[in-house]
Amino acid sequence: MSTAPEASGGTGVAVQMTGLRRSYGDVHALDGLDLHIEPGEMVVLLGPSGCGKTTALRILAGLERQDAGTISVGGKDLTRVPANKRDMGMVFQAYSLFPHLTVLDNVAFGLKLRGRSRAERRQRAGDMLDMVGLGQHHDRYANQLSGGQQQRVALARALAIEPAVLLLDEPLSALDAKVRVQLRDEIRRVQLDVGTTTLFVTHDQEEALAVADRVGVMHAGRLDQLAPPAELYAAPATPFVGSFVGLSNRVPATVTDGRADVLGTAVPVLAGSAAGSGVALVRPESVRVVPDAGGAATVAAVAFLGPVSRATVTLADGTLVIAQLASSEAAALHVGQRVALSVEPVPVLVVAD
Amino acid sequence: MTGGGAAAWRVLRWLLLLVFGAFFAIPLLALLNFSTKNPATKERTGAAWQALTEDPTMTDAITTSLLLAALTVVGMIVLLVPTMIWVRLRVPGATRLVEFLCLLPLTIPALVIVVGLKNVYAWVNYLVGDSALTLAFVYVVLVLPYAYRAIDSSLSSLDATTLAEAARSLGASWFTVITRVILPNLWSGVLGAAFIAVALVLGEYTISSLTHYNTLPVVIVQIGKVNAPESMAAALASLLFAAILLMALSLLDRRRHLSHGGR
Repeated sequence: MSTAPEASGGTGVAVQMTGLRRSYGDVHALDGLDLHIEPGEMVVLLGPSGCGKTTALRILAGLERQDAGTISVGGKDLTRVPANKRDMGMVFQAYSLFPHLTVLDNVAFGLKLRGRSRAERRQRAGDMLDMVGLGQHHDRYANQLSGGQQQRVALARALAIEPAVLLLDEPLSALDAKVRVQLRDEIRRVQLDVGTTTLFVTHDQEEALAVADRVGVMHAGRLDQLAPPAELYAAPATPFVGSFVGLSNRVPATVTDGRADVLGTAVPVLAGSAAGSGVALVRPESVRVVPDAGGAATVAAVAFLGPVSRATVTLADGTLVIAQLASSEAAALHVGQRVALSVEPVPVLVVAD
Repeated sequence: MTGGGAAAWRVLRWLLLLVFGAFFAIPLLALLNFSTKNPATKERTGAAWQALTEDPTMTDAITTSLLLAALTVVGMIVLLVPTMIWVRLRVPGATRLVEFLCLLPLTIPALVIVVGLKNVYAWVNYLVGDSALTLAFVYVVLVLPYAYRAIDSSLSSLDATTLAEAARSLGASWFTVITRVILPNLWSGVLGAAFIAVALVLGEYTISSLTHYNTLPVVIVQIGKVNAPESMAAALASLLFAAILLMALSLLDRRRHLSHGGR
């Protein structure tokens, strides 16, 4: 019989990962990762495949060993504590319900390991299933549930033990788009309800921006930027963040006295921008397109996306610029039309060309 | 598929079933016929079957073989199941090595095994006595190739790593992971392996004969020289026993599947 850790009571605790390193042969999956998560906060690690985000989560869970670095949760050093004593609930990318147990028994599994009475287990597991909207499915088996339902049960199972930290390892990536959006919102609602400190790993930026208190963008085993979603989007700290999160146009610019000349508009530059000539990363919604017979740019394509449309415009030097505008404005544009471009005077990151 | 085509397939299926049924049933019916007939008078008699329960040589041999089957099954499960689960979860790099070791007995002739075991058995007999049940050690090795395949296919149909990690994150020790998470999902493979082990033990002749132990197949051959109907009755009884065991196991497995929602 295992001796499972005592539950933390579901209240948030701080998580500190310091100087984490992990290599697989010559590949550095983590290259000195530092990450602090506030109590009750949901941090989403976002990045492309192989950036080290899942490795970081698995090391925090105790499922992998780091080469160097420390982990503390709620002030306790967990660096050498095995996974089953870390008091963390985890939802996996792959469906992970125990096939031989009913939904209720799956959710009660962790409670049984903690020696809770049968009545207490059933009560708590039932409450958890109600919370994720599966109160009617107690006696079903995993193979009788849809993918979305299975992940809901997995979430209920992870939260039933009132873990110190909730870990979500791309839990939505196996689901279809509609279910993914529903479940993503539900995960956020439940997380806010229970207040558990949460680390969520995904490669889907929309998912990350939608649910996170703060998003950490990982690149080559390091955290490039950790910031609230709006800040991350509006003020990317590195060229990688600027290009990975949301769409960015690369428009030629010249920086003088802290301002950049972008498409004839002087805009403030973000910290970390290059001096002199470079390329400004401009969001499509910051680009204005005005029909102008004498304009230097030409409309190359217009894509209708519902309430908004995207116009692709070719500059005189051949640079392609994408502009996002209201569909009512886009209706006035057609392919081959001459237009004038300008940008909103919002701060931009300028990088060396 | 057209109606005519479907009907032709149905006929073909029944035909094949009949051919294979006859292939298996005719020798068994011949055994039954021979074992219930007095060779001298050609009259029907149950004497041979009665002797199975009254002839002490035969009853001892049946008891020995059944005990050997049980010991072999237990030994195989204790040795192989935790090893395979552990290798799958913790040292996947050793999978090929374990597979090679488990398949090795297939490549070594029984005679060579007997010769090789002579020295080992001098110690086995010295330590645990000169009982026919010590054959269980050899039989556990002999069933490894078949048991490995049965359990491996069951294990491969399961995402054991993710299940184990989920259980670990919920607070389960490795012992709990194996006994309460992985093993309950491997029962069909373990049952299959157990059946193969029983069938192999009830039919193994070479090693037990060469090591001079009186197991059921050895006694069947011995008695066959003096009382053919009784040896035929014993052969048929052991075949029926194995068949009934197989059906019982598959029924049990089917009931488990049904109770898990038709999985």
